Amino acid sequence: MSEQTGTSGVELKYMVSPDDFTRAGEASSKVKNILKQMGISPDVIRKVSIAMYEGEINMVIHAHGGDITVTITPEEIRMVLRDDGPGIPDVEKAMKAGYSTAPEQVRALGFGAGMGLPNMQNYTDEMKVETEIGVGTTITMSVHIEG
Amino acid sequence: MTVKDILKALDATVSSGSEHLDQEITSAFASDMMSEVLAYSKGQSVLVTGLCNPQVIRTAEMLDITCIVLIRGKEANEEMIRLAEERNLVILETKYIMFSACGILYGLGLEGGTT
Repeated sequence: MSEQTGTSGVELKYMVSPDDFTRAGEASSKVKNILKQMGISPDVIRKVSIAMYEGEINMVIHAHGGDITVTITPEEIRMVLRDDGPGIPDVEKAMKAGYSTAPEQVRALGFGAGMGLPNMQNYTDEMKVETEIGVGTTITMSVHIEG
Repeated sequence: MTVKDILKALDATVSSGSEHLDQEITSAFASDMMSEVLAYSKGQSVLVTGLCNPQVIRTAEMLDITCIVLIRGKEANEEMIRLAEERNLVILETKYIMFSACGILYGLGLEGGTT
């Protein structure tokens, strides 16, 4: 993990460990604590936490980990989740609530209900999915800070 | 109602957060699927679940849920207890099945909600 403060805001970087389901969510937990310390509103923190946590879980379930960059500016919190996983064959389908390609063992862990990407979209103001089969996926999400 | 009332009503034991039993509780959510909890919870403070892994604690953390009720006799493992203690979360364990646990809590006046 690294933290940098520059003119463009605060930038946080995290590695997401592959295939370590127990640790999935660590990065989201750290970001949540930092946002709290910064005095960001609870509503914004909730949206960022849920969206990032779902993304982090997806990276562990589907993509053997990756990295997450969070940029905090006065206007927004931007999350970029990048992985070198298998890619998403049909993004439109994957965005549909209830559609899941997760194996049964993932469902037994409490995920894979086909709510991940829809949740990420519902809790963020902007979301962009860039994916290429066999190359990886990058998801960019942002939550606006009102006021 | 406080966590202590839930503890008594569900004939439960405490495996984390015994110093936080006096906090007020007004609503609860119940599910074994954490994705559903993340999708539909609206500020409820109790999570009733039969899922028993560290992601239950993570999910609670992300949603500011302060009390987890493990049902069907599930017992929190070491990692779950460590994570919960670090986050000041209460974990209760009860032998009731989900239907019974929810019925008892609803009867006590805890609110739920719709999607």
